[in-house]
Amino acid sequence: MIAFVIRRLLQGVLVMLVVGFIAFSLFNFVGDPVSLMLPPEATQADRQAMRENLGLDRPFYVQFATFIGNAVQGNFGISLRLGRPVSALLVERMPATLELAFVAASLALLVGIPLGVYTGLNRNAWLSRFFLAASLIGVSLPTFLIGIFLILIFAVWLGWLPSFGRGDTMMVGGWSTGFLSTSGLRALILPSITLGLFQLTLIMRLVRSEMLEVLRTDYIKFARARGLTNRAVNFGHALKNTLVPVITITGLQLGAIIAFAIITETVFQWPGMGLLFIQAVQFADIPVMAAYLCLIGFIFVVINLVVDMLYYFVDPRLRIDGTAAGGH
Amino acid sequence: MSTSSRPLLEVRNLRVEFNTRRGTLTAIDDVSFEIAPGEVLGLVGESGAGKSITGTAIIGLLEPPGRVAGGEIHLDGQRIDTLPAEQMRRIRGRQIGAIFQDPLTSLNPLYTIGRQITETIQTHLPMNARQARERAVALLKEVGIPAAERRIDHYPHQFSGGMRQRVVIALALCANPRLIIADEPTTALDVSIQAQIIQLLKKLCRDHGTAVMLVTHDMGVIAETADRVAVMYAGRLAEIGPVQEVIHHPKHPYSVGLMGSIPAIGQEVERLPQIEGSMPRLDAIPRGCAYNPRCPDVFERCRTQRPNLMPAGATRAACWLHARDGEASPGNRAEDSAHA
Repeated sequence: MIAFVIRRLLQGVLVMLVVGFIAFSLFNFVGDPVSLMLPPEATQADRQAMRENLGLDRPFYVQFATFIGNAVQGNFGISLRLGRPVSALLVERMPATLELAFVAASLALLVGIPLGVYTGLNRNAWLSRFFLAASLIGVSLPTFLIGIFLILIFAVWLGWLPSFGRGDTMMVGGWSTGFLSTSGLRALILPSITLGLFQLTLIMRLVRSEMLEVLRTDYIKFARARGLTNRAVNFGHALKNTLVPVITITGLQLGAIIAFAIITETVFQWPGMGLLFIQAVQFADIPVMAAYLCLIGFIFVVINLVVDMLYYFVDPRLRIDGTAAGGH
Repeated sequence: MSTSSRPLLEVRNLRVEFNTRRGTLTAIDDVSFEIAPGEVLGLVGESGAGKSITGTAIIGLLEPPGRVAGGEIHLDGQRIDTLPAEQMRRIRGRQIGAIFQDPLTSLNPLYTIGRQITETIQTHLPMNARQARERAVALLKEVGIPAAERRIDHYPHQFSGGMRQRVVIALALCANPRLIIADEPTTALDVSIQAQIIQLLKKLCRDHGTAVMLVTHDMGVIAETADRVAVMYAGRLAEIGPVQEVIHHPKHPYSVGLMGSIPAIGQEVERLPQIEGSMPRLDAIPRGCAYNPRCPDVFERCRTQRPNLMPAGATRAACWLHARDGEASPGNRAEDSAHA
């Protein structure tokens, strides 16, 4: 287990170096930051001074090493657009995105898994067919369209829920949260549905097909032949065996929820990292883009590591084989 | 039937059908047999003859579209094929245990064998966790798992195939059922392990007084284990009788062919005899006797009229060869349902 974790950590570091390199390349390939930062009437001397000031005249590998060194310390430079440290900007925006992602992921899991179990167990019930047909909408409609529809129905026509923003937020130890105010919670509803709907339908369909698969196995038949109750067979034996693929997909999807909150945040003007990133793209604000890229890469690496470790808790076969114990 | 006491299991005119888009297939057609308490009945036949489906129908676990379409199943005098699902569940494991073919896939890989055994014990017997665990250890010892106290907390993948089948047997026995349906219990095992498992099953059932319905296509296992044997062909019983009689003096031409194709040690043969042709598909079972297209002794009546089981020497066979001359045996009915 320890060896496995260390190996995965080293792989993670390698992935982060590659991501860092791509982020770093942005500085050289997406426009010239100097011409963006200086007014059009700047002289050649001004340009040169700025170039030296930013270290852009130094060799490529020195610049990369400097970039990585700074990045590890959380220093991604100054936003070209806002003139403030990028790390401060990200930290400021992160709670909004993480809270949204958390609510969306919880929604996807808490609704998706039961629906998947239900439709798997009651394959031919009309309600199952309805859920399955409805889930096609979730899978096939683009996120922004769902968001716009929800705004149209619940914010414009019915006027029940706000159409943009986070509502009132409170600071809890440097973390601005929307969980503690009614308007904050109300503001979470539409964006989290928009963001979580695709994952919800994905998880539901995944759990359903895994359930169908597992219910056909011999050990389920044998469990029934031993007279175990339906409840014990379906939830004790079958559901647990569907969890390994569900954990994998859920983990990856959690990364995707955070990374692709961009669209939802844009539709709802949600003041999170995604919105920050979109605005940075429009302005070619390279430090912000690079930092965002590294952060998302980092989140994916961490989630993958956690997912791999969760397998150990779910599946005893990995536990034994991995530690070279047993001897039977 | 040798014993005079009431049969433990009584299957009367069992009929199992599968509704498919292309019509109704009859997988089991008018099968009747009995198992006495403590008796071992072997059920043999080619693949697809309906052996396993008979077993599955008895424990009430036919999967749709399969269903019991006719006949009755009685366990110890109680009719069980019409019981509500919840009552049938209480019979499974408690009254009728089951052993499946492949021990590698019969156990849930995510739970220790101890958990699976105690769970089954506590489902059927009023025991607390500690008592159930003690019983589980005792069972594991009884089926010959070494160091049972330690092994009980191991997962299925930590056991070999033969050991896993022992665990499966312990699971089938854990509520002391009166009947065990063993569906090809040794087919998936190494030849060297097969004999051990059969001996174990035989011994345990004798010790516990458990009756066994042993489904297999291995005549060696039958000869060694069973008291009586039933031969199935195309979803029907071809012959049923004491095991030595059926093996040495088979009466139905199909049984004759089946026994003829068993190699005997010390007998030099160029090629083993084989039965020409193959078993009909379920949607093309011939009129009359299902075996008539392959039968070397076929005559006119076999093609038009379906034989029921009738006394034939020491066994009973469904074959017109054994009809008393000239008269149609009582109860034999003309094949009126047209088979496609």
